[in-house]
Amino acid sequence: MQADRLSATFSALADPTRRAILARLASGEATVKDLAKPFEMSLPAVSKHLKVLETAGLITRGKQAQWRPCKLEAKRLKEADDWLEGYRAHWEQSFERLDAYLHELRAAKKDDAGL
Amino acid sequence: MQNHEKKMRVALDSDTTVVVTRFIPAPQDLAFDVWSQCRHLQKWMLGPPGWTMPHCEMDLRPGGAYRWGWRKEDGEEMFITGVFNEVDRPHRMVSTECWGGDWAESLNTMTFTPEGEGTMFKLVMEFPSKAARDAALETGMNDGMQMGFDSLDTYLSQPL
Repeated sequence: MQADRLSATFSALADPTRRAILARLASGEATVKDLAKPFEMSLPAVSKHLKVLETAGLITRGKQAQWRPCKLEAKRLKEADDWLEGYRAHWEQSFERLDAYLHELRAAKKDDAGL
Repeated sequence: MQNHEKKMRVALDSDTTVVVTRFIPAPQDLAFDVWSQCRHLQKWMLGPPGWTMPHCEMDLRPGGAYRWGWRKEDGEEMFITGVFNEVDRPHRMVSTECWGGDWAESLNTMTFTPEGEGTMFKLVMEFPSKAARDAALETGMNDGMQMGFDSLDTYLSQPL
């Protein structure tokens, strides 16, 4: 596990605009102009977000200067997700026990009502 | 019949927060109570496998303190302590959470929103720094690994 890289990934993900950009790129490549459209944001502002995503390895960009389509790098996202998985499991187990407990409570209540 | 999104979500909405959301199959009052009364908590909030929750004290009012403690089979114990800032049954509860020692305190806001036949639970944990947030995630992650869960495939099939 490369902590610094993961840290950069999570920092990049900790912004709603950048998450929206990634969500858009999940459906295919897009140019800076395409990406700027849904946001009320200047092209330089969008470019700044793209730079952060690119540095974190979450996207790659084409080589042509004028026409640099952005592409999602799913592998890096998966690494970040794998890292969070254990934390998620920790919570999920608690919630599953809560579900089971609520089920018991309901069953006990039904028993009482039936007698 | 409405189809609820019951799957749990963990989101890192900023560098210093963790947001956990989950549908609870119980009416709002009961959902709040299972999170705020020892007689309920000690039945389900048992910690990692092999642990029980023998200690629970809660003074459920603004300014009141709480203390939760777990014990492992071999006798090892761990505690969480904190103070309630807001208690608004059955809607909302705000409290501090501290694991002791060098651990940074988090400010936890729980909200309970009726949804269909049950309640949507949302917990926002705010940490003083990114380092403190990541350390807390790392600890929880290790617990989770021990549990040997694997729900990654289903998670990845969800839209981002």
